[in-house]
Amino acid sequence: MNRGGITTSGGIFTALVLITGILLTGYAGMNALDVAFGFHMYLMAAAAILGLIALLMGRPYTGDAGKYNYGVVKAFVIASIFWGVTGFIVGDYIAWELAFPFLNWDLPWTNVGRLRPLHTSAVIFAFGGNILLGSSFYVVQRTCHIRLVGNVAPWFVFWGYNLFIVLAGTGYLLGVTQSHEYAEPEWYVDIWLTIVWVVYLLIFMGTLMKRRVSHIYVANWFYLAFIITIAVLHLIHNLAIPVSFLGSKSYSFQAGVQDAMTQWWYGHNAVGFFLTAAFLAMMYYFVPKRAERPVYSYRLSIIHFWSLIFLYMWAGPHHLHYTALPDWTQSLGMTFSIILWMPSWGGMINGLMTLSGAWDKLRTDPVLRMLVVSIAFYGMSTFEGPMMAIKAVNALSHYTDWTVGHVHSGAMGWVGMVSFGVIYCLVPWLWGKERLYSMALVSWHFWLSTVGILLYITSMWVSGILQGLMWRAYDNLGFLEYSFVETVEAMHPFYVIRAMGGLFFVLGSLIMVYNVVMTIRVAPREETHSSAVLAPAE
Amino acid sequence: MNYEEVASISGTIGLIMFMSMFFVVLAYALWPRNKAKFDKAARAPLDEE
Repeated sequence: MNRGGITTSGGIFTALVLITGILLTGYAGMNALDVAFGFHMYLMAAAAILGLIALLMGRPYTGDAGKYNYGVVKAFVIASIFWGVTGFIVGDYIAWELAFPFLNWDLPWTNVGRLRPLHTSAVIFAFGGNILLGSSFYVVQRTCHIRLVGNVAPWFVFWGYNLFIVLAGTGYLLGVTQSHEYAEPEWYVDIWLTIVWVVYLLIFMGTLMKRRVSHIYVANWFYLAFIITIAVLHLIHNLAIPVSFLGSKSYSFQAGVQDAMTQWWYGHNAVGFFLTAAFLAMMYYFVPKRAERPVYSYRLSIIHFWSLIFLYMWAGPHHLHYTALPDWTQSLGMTFSIILWMPSWGGMINGLMTLSGAWDKLRTDPVLRMLVVSIAFYGMSTFEGPMMAIKAVNALSHYTDWTVGHVHSGAMGWVGMVSFGVIYCLVPWLWGKERLYSMALVSWHFWLSTVGILLYITSMWVSGILQGLMWRAYDNLGFLEYSFVETVEAMHPFYVIRAMGGLFFVLGSLIMVYNVVMTIRVAPREETHSSAVLAPAE
Repeated sequence: MNYEEVASISGTIGLIMFMSMFFVVLAYALWPRNKAKFDKAARAPLDEE
């Protein structure tokens, strides 16, 4: 590999981009119209200066010299764990805050309105995103039998993506938001993510094109669909006109119902492609690998892939039932959501049946148990979702805690559990360890998480249905039977149970942190691996 | 052309397009000659080195 420092074309190009970035952000910071924008510009300038120093020291070139580039994958795994625990703690804190509102301390920075996007972005984009990017870099190398292209570019994606997370998160606390759910960052942060994402796409496609095997493995198809679709969604949904190029505020390109439809076309495909397609890619690589069994039906995986990605695109309108959206659009969204039952369950069956002949491993391997339970939660939440997309069901469930419970059975049960399983697989493999530090601790994590998720979703089912029924209850004179505040009061016990469930989930994740740290530090080395150098932490 | 006609024509085109794409995918996945390739691909995570 090239150890010539920044004298490679990629190094020189990156250095020029960084210098331009320092000048631009420095200028914008000095002339900023609002404090948050100025803070963010200086933050970006500082990041660019650090990047330039790291580049001049040749850091991107001193990583893993082995056949595959594992250094950047290690960094993604560590970042995912860090952000995951942060996001879980923030989430559980706002769960307690909803049960006991005095916990917001009457401060603007700590109210639910600002902490909630911090929680959602931290768990979806920071925890989920880092493990997705990291695992995609791992899987594409291993299944294409080729090293990741580029030396500087993968590290640019790692630091660039995590800078995006920091800009987004600090922005929320300072009150910077474009008020679109799951896409709260303002225009300048969106532009930054676009640059990072295009580099990510180029690395992934470049590696696929250089592959040493003829067939592109199905997991890579899912990853590629995720990367391309997120790029399209991000670009179209975030079209906006800034009030000034020196301030954070912008206005969406679209207004009214078009804006709402674009928001949920984006929002539901963030679920479909970020939280589903890409995590299915993990399933198709890590479940066969861990179970040491081939994919149950590769033919089914192809049908699964194409039908899933074509159908998901159309499901968004089910978020806007009984609104100003045209009725036919609502019916279209509902219909496509119901058809989605088939690819979802086809994929779930394919994942579960991959264990045929290896079911006994569930008793002895808690990591495999995590992966399998995640697929079971995937099946459960993808049954529940289309059901809630049916207009008559939605009339009861919409705007209630049932939706919150549904999202969390998918997010904690499917996305969370499959990510934990993948982290437990990857840490020993990447650091060249014989095994994890403690399987007993994985078991503890598994049971704490499972019980936590069950407490969470069952309390939200009860709470949501109760809430929905109270809202639609009339007395015999035709008046609403309950005032809104009475429904809020009725939620209290369920909010406490939900916050307890979240606490179990947080405790489980802290056990994972301890287990991962101890695995890296003290677990015995694998005999076959000669040396595994620690990731360069620029 | 009124609204109903546009809606019905675009719905029909969408139906034909989606169903034919789906049949292409089915044919590709189930084509007997592809079986050996797919059986090999199913083992890809296990056949690394």
